[in-house]
Amino acid sequence: MNTAQAIAFQILQSVLVVLAAPLLVGWVNQCRAWLQNRSAPSILLPYWTLAKLFHKEPVIAHGASPLFRATPYILFGCMWLAAGIVPVLATGLPFAPAADIIALVGVFALARVFSALAAMDIGTSFGGLGARREMLIGFLAEPAMLMTLFTAAFISGSTQLTTIVDTLGHREFALYPSLAFAAVAFLMVLLAENARIPIDNPTTHLELTMVHEALILEYSARHLALIEWAVAIKLFAYVTIGIALFVPWGIAEGGDWHALPLAVGVLVAKLALAGAGLALIETLLAKLRLFLAPEFLSTAFLLGVLGMLTHFLVRG
Amino acid sequence: MSLVHAALSPLVGALVLAVLWLAIAAASLVPAGNAAFARRFAFPLGALAGVALAVLGLQAVWLPAQTLTLPLGLPDLPFHLRTDPLAGFFLMLLGSVSAGISVYAAGYFRAEPSGRLVLISLQYHVFLASMAFVLLADDAYLFMVSWETMALSSYFLVITDHKQPAIRSAGFLYLLIAHLGAIAILLCFGVLHGGRGDYSFDALRAVQLQPAWATVAFLLAFFGFGAKAGILPLHAWLPEAHPAAPSPVSALMSGIMIKTAIYGMVRVIFDLMGNVRWEWGMVVLVIGAATTLFGVLYALQQHDLKRLLAYHSVENIGIILLGLGMSMVFIGFGHPAAGVLGLIAALYHTLNHAVFKGLLFLGAGSILRSTGLRNLNDMGGLIHGMPKTAFYFLIGALAISALPPLNGFVSEWLTFQTALQATILQNGIVRSLLPLFAATLALAGALTAMCFVKVYGIAFLGKPREPAHPSPLPHAGDAGQMERYGMAWLAACCFVLGLFPTSFLLVLNRVGVSLTGRGLSEQALAGSGWLWLVPTSAEQASYSPLVFLVVIVAVTLLAFLLVRRFYHGRVRFADPWDCGYPEQTPRMQDTADAFGQSIRHVFGPLYKMDRALPGPDDKAPRYFLKIEDRHWYWLYLPVARAAEFISAKVALLQQGRISIYLLYSFITLIALLVFVR
Repeated sequence: MNTAQAIAFQILQSVLVVLAAPLLVGWVNQCRAWLQNRSAPSILLPYWTLAKLFHKEPVIAHGASPLFRATPYILFGCMWLAAGIVPVLATGLPFAPAADIIALVGVFALARVFSALAAMDIGTSFGGLGARREMLIGFLAEPAMLMTLFTAAFISGSTQLTTIVDTLGHREFALYPSLAFAAVAFLMVLLAENARIPIDNPTTHLELTMVHEALILEYSARHLALIEWAVAIKLFAYVTIGIALFVPWGIAEGGDWHALPLAVGVLVAKLALAGAGLALIETLLAKLRLFLAPEFLSTAFLLGVLGMLTHFLVRG
Repeated sequence: MSLVHAALSPLVGALVLAVLWLAIAAASLVPAGNAAFARRFAFPLGALAGVALAVLGLQAVWLPAQTLTLPLGLPDLPFHLRTDPLAGFFLMLLGSVSAGISVYAAGYFRAEPSGRLVLISLQYHVFLASMAFVLLADDAYLFMVSWETMALSSYFLVITDHKQPAIRSAGFLYLLIAHLGAIAILLCFGVLHGGRGDYSFDALRAVQLQPAWATVAFLLAFFGFGAKAGILPLHAWLPEAHPAAPSPVSALMSGIMIKTAIYGMVRVIFDLMGNVRWEWGMVVLVIGAATTLFGVLYALQQHDLKRLLAYHSVENIGIILLGLGMSMVFIGFGHPAAGVLGLIAALYHTLNHAVFKGLLFLGAGSILRSTGLRNLNDMGGLIHGMPKTAFYFLIGALAISALPPLNGFVSEWLTFQTALQATILQNGIVRSLLPLFAATLALAGALTAMCFVKVYGIAFLGKPREPAHPSPLPHAGDAGQMERYGMAWLAACCFVLGLFPTSFLLVLNRVGVSLTGRGLSEQALAGSGWLWLVPTSAEQASYSPLVFLVVIVAVTLLAFLLVRRFYHGRVRFADPWDCGYPEQTPRMQDTADAFGQSIRHVFGPLYKMDRALPGPDDKAPRYFLKIEDRHWYWLYLPVARAAEFISAKVALLQQGRISIYLLYSFITLIALLVFVR
């Protein structure tokens, strides 16, 4: 694959991810409605919500600093960048060497710090509360995520996500017990980082329980739209990272254009399954008390560490 | 010709600049009581000398080692001076960071009474010069003289406000622990020199120690220098003394002085002793991990901004030690390439921490100058009154939180990459322990981000909390021009170090080669362009902060432009949403203590907490919280009590009668005669 093609593919993938991300959210919502015996909204509802929000006039609190207005764009930019690193359809992304898995975790941390800062900007008690809870979840989720990724990095001897996928997906099938631990840890982190049950409830506005909604309480119209869209991209990125690490089969090798249609089909099937699984988890579990969240996440962290140690033990 | 050549050599140049600092210090005294001289002349000239020193240091990294003997000092004990890549790197750190701090100091001290300012300028420049001599020294004698001068000049700077008892006792604690450390270092040199009477570093290098003695020397060096660096459990002075000093001095101490201890460790362990053992590395790793977690967890509980920053210095020393320890483990097991990578990560973090911690202390100084506040719980909304300080502080906060693409991320990334080399180790236990230290680092990094969200969100964002200071909070406006120049310089350093890591990787590789004889692998050097940072090989790991920054700025701007193009740019301003409860006051915002509450909940047993929480039906509700360091209770106070007990017993000797004292002399004489014979 020559450079121009590679860059074209890179841009195409990033744009596709950004455009397709709300679809996954719509699918999860639809599945959850079915599981809960409600009549499901259209799978396209997130798009309509975004369009509606973009048309509205934003209301900004008096005393907001420039940071408050810049944050939605920064969040969106961070998630867009993350979408460019993860090999969703094919490896061999020319941008991928610029940021490995540690930098990927760094991007998510950057977004988290900015959203927490923006929440504290107006000076309402809710903003501070949300920021504090978000950072509480983040400080455990981030190392747990790193441990999961390190397990994969130890197996493949590389911290490049594309190399990891090449190693894990394009070799003969092998069972890695360490990856089993890592997968459980990753799932827990995914739930926490994306404000899902049992850590947070994306549909609630109850002040005692909310985390993510408290952070963005002051945002409206296009700013809110950008944040919601960024959240959708984040979920998409996390799910595709999970796919890349634990079920990478079907991701096309760099430059293999003929494998792409198959890769698209496989990806859609995996995403549909993952979305349905997410809806199932959210239906079956109840939300944890806030102070059980650290326990939940330290379990994830320890599982991640355990996975890493298992790798060394099994290897001898 | 040779004279010109000598004058251009980095060693002579650095010596001249160090002497220039001494001259500035002396000159501060001459126009007695002339504060304008110190402000307009002494500090800016000191800053210029710093820039020149940084350039010379960088030059020294690329040149072979140079030595010089000065016929000063005691008879038969001349001063030996030397520059090599390691000293050059630290001279660069000293020069570049002190330049920013000196420029800032020129503005910061503008309201200082002239008598005090003259003294500060004297001590400040002696302090700078003594640090330069510590780095230049090539014998134990000059090293110890400069080391002690550094400790004393910084002690006097710490007690600038000596009329407050708290500051006097902080200064005393600092002096005490500094001297404990100095004794250990002195003993270490004693062990190293092996009874040959020659204390030049060349002679110390030549001595071959037995393994047991080598371990003793290592422990003495590690804890001796560690006392200055603030490792656990010798950290207690750091959160007391650093905040007590005037802010530019805090920046110098946290930014540069504790780094001379890292220099000392590397110099003694890697250079003078050589033959690094992996067990030593494990000691460094365990202490480093404990220091890291301790520092950040206590930082999260502080509401005094400068104290909080001091605790973060403890944490960052721990991070540096993690890199250093991994390096020692790899070198001990015979993997010099990975060892050099760890050393590079540690030294890179040393430089990074100097830059961003300097910047943060300067920002805290500007807040203090402008508002008179150090307590976070009283601040709020400073971004409106001090937008420029807020901007620089944000850069520092993002850098210390190890967020890409700034500099803190690069060195933590390199440390992670070192830990991921663990697979090449033979020893199974050590191999599986190294990733645990990486996990510690990951946890500490995330906690640091939390802490700086707290600092920035509470100090700069939101609304003023203090009822006594109705808005606008900053009485004296934003930071002055010189203060801003100083902060801008350090903020720019954060970006340069973050965006062009490969240039510094090559500089540090020189240091690694000069210390261990080996450098990074061929693939690493081949893969590293100015754009790509490749620590081992391009397949294993690479990072390009510049591409990262360009992409993130580009997509953010693109999002902005698309939204503007397809929608509209209108906004409406209104009061914040009050959730149906209109009687909200700024005091209902989160405070620094509230922000730490969740951490107290999770890590409760680690703190010694004394608190009183109001109940639901208290008539006079009162909230009280005091967090103390457990080390005081199990280490410092018992030692202090033991010292008091022993001195009380020794005091029994004091009888106040001359005949008794004559008897003591007689007994001493007899005893000496017995020994001498």
